[in-house]
Amino acid sequence: MKIYRIHALICAGAQCLAAGGNGFEDALKEELKKHDLTEEVNIVETGCMGSCQLGPLMVVYPEGVIYTKVKPDDAKEIVEEHFLKGRPVKRLLWKQEEKQFPTLNDVPFFAKQTKIVLRNCGIINPEDITEYIAQGGYEALAKAITEMTREDVIKVVKDSGLRGRGGAGFPTGLKWELAYKQNSDTKYIICNADEGDPGAYMDRSVLEGDPHSVLEGMAIAGYAVGAQKGYIYIRAEYPLAIKRLEIAIKQARASGLLGKNILGTNFSFDIELRMGAGAFVCGEETALINSIEGKRGEPRKKPPFPVEKGVFGKPTVINNVETLANIPVIIEKGASFFRKFGTEKSPGTKVFALAGKVNITGLVEVPLGTSLRTIVFDIGGGIPEGHTFKAAQTGGPSGGVIPAEHLDVPMDYENLPQLGTIMGSGGLIIMDETSCMVDVAKFFLKFTVDESCGKCTPCREGTRQMLNILEKITTGNGTMEDLDRLERLGNIIKLTSLCGLGQTAPNPVLSTLRYFRDEYIAHIKDKRCPSNVCSMKGEKNERKVLNRRLA
Amino acid sequence: MKGKSLIDVLHEIQEANPENYVPEDLALRVSETFKTSPSKVYGVLTFYTMFSAKPRGKHIVRVCRSLSCHLAEGEKIVRKLKEELGIDFGETTEDKEFTLEESSCLGMCSVAPSMMIDDVPFGNLKEEDIPLIIKKVREGAL
Repeated sequence: MKIYRIHALICAGAQCLAAGGNGFEDALKEELKKHDLTEEVNIVETGCMGSCQLGPLMVVYPEGVIYTKVKPDDAKEIVEEHFLKGRPVKRLLWKQEEKQFPTLNDVPFFAKQTKIVLRNCGIINPEDITEYIAQGGYEALAKAITEMTREDVIKVVKDSGLRGRGGAGFPTGLKWELAYKQNSDTKYIICNADEGDPGAYMDRSVLEGDPHSVLEGMAIAGYAVGAQKGYIYIRAEYPLAIKRLEIAIKQARASGLLGKNILGTNFSFDIELRMGAGAFVCGEETALINSIEGKRGEPRKKPPFPVEKGVFGKPTVINNVETLANIPVIIEKGASFFRKFGTEKSPGTKVFALAGKVNITGLVEVPLGTSLRTIVFDIGGGIPEGHTFKAAQTGGPSGGVIPAEHLDVPMDYENLPQLGTIMGSGGLIIMDETSCMVDVAKFFLKFTVDESCGKCTPCREGTRQMLNILEKITTGNGTMEDLDRLERLGNIIKLTSLCGLGQTAPNPVLSTLRYFRDEYIAHIKDKRCPSNVCSMKGEKNERKVLNRRLA
Repeated sequence: MKGKSLIDVLHEIQEANPENYVPEDLALRVSETFKTSPSKVYGVLTFYTMFSAKPRGKHIVRVCRSLSCHLAEGEKIVRKLKEELGIDFGETTEDKEFTLEESSCLGMCSVAPSMMIDDVPFGNLKEEDIPLIIKKVREGAL
């Protein structure tokens, strides 16, 4: 194996690429050639490093120096100063509140996180299986199929207390056990990678940055429940993740870690990709099953549940990307290791996608039960200067808002529902005083109206009526009775919709009504939008220029 | 065709088509191959927003309209795109180069506002970037 003096890890996640990462990498390679350093400096394209807002990012080892917002013009200086003379380029270091941070480990954004799911993201080259294996990858699969019975595997996952990270928080071990008990020769494992919640992108980052962790998790699930085949249902909006998954599956097959008789045992398991085509409702598991079968992605009635009768009528386990990425760690290190993190009823960590009006946006992995304040202020660096925290939106279009008075709420599966919101897939959008809560609720309702599949009436017609009322209010034509109507309608839709999409669609409205009723009333009684967002002129609402861009 | 679902096949047809859509004659052939009715295929084709049953431009511009992009003044980018291309959502420019579409979320919230042109992501967009990017794509420099 070749030994390099310097390893330069360049983030090749979609967001760093979107910020212009490719150009920098080309320029760096050019400079290395010029100085005859290609044999000394190893450039590694990694997956997402997490602090996407400061991208394109590069971390240089052995020191762990992190460079932010690198541009092609910076390549020359980095090579000449840092790589040749050993002097890190100060102006490109991580800066926060006038302070510079020499290495990754000094930066609070990274230092305060606990990485289980994102353990390899931003560290390994996701297109090279040997890097995953070098990090201990596929050891859990080997352990499961050679040293453990299927029952053992299920017991460990049950004992770990892992709950589904896709939104509902259903205990993963229990789901596996239910599928295991089904008497059928053919069973399926599905990885739900149809990440569609506006504001959530952790699944994409895991698939782009560490695809093998998901493949390994699926293979372990397949062994445990007795499935021979797995599908990854991924949305077509993620071309980079699709490409990396294709490479990963190919490499795993070539290494005998997928396919027939894995590691010489009699366990065989293979994985295929299935692409979505732009329908949010397909993240709902029964709609997803229809879509995999090539049909319209409309949800089915439950029961029967997918573990009894899923894809092609066979017992099917559907787990989310983040859930599956946890599995190898749980198998390898045991349930008690996993339980060291998080709370009694919500063990482990959760990845949040921190976005909106906060100083540092990006992916944040913390133990469940960590307070919202810690995430927003200690890790996210707080709200941009001159502004104040107003609310955090969790759970996307299925969730609600957490107002400032509940900043100390532990973020877990028990506490969030008590505040009228949900964990969802981990989207966390921070809003300051310039955001209008009625506008936010209307925004999500519009989304649901667009994405409702139309199969059941409460969701199809009910959300449309709620949106009409919100349009009325935000243009200055609302009445106080409208507020009661919104609440009544919202509760009916929640109770009577067929699937999770409709059952949670009213949440953004009900939740903002609960905490920010005064804003609704200001729109109605004073014909005024307190945050100056809604036009209130009876015309189509256009966002005003008043809102400052994020720094 | 073995192991492929109807949706996979529609994806392949659309990708191979220079006008980014699934033409009727091929949709009919798909229904024959899958031994299903043309209406079922049409149902699938129209259910998913990424499929099109009518011709589209060479490049698909998908602008993100999630809340994160909305909070980062994504509407300005939307307006600028419409202005620059001279089309509304779902329309195609006269030279058949671009079709403008909206996406519910591209998952690039940290670099909001964002968009994708075909498979290439763009983030931290400012209004003045739009004409430049469009020009580059027109010149084939994507």
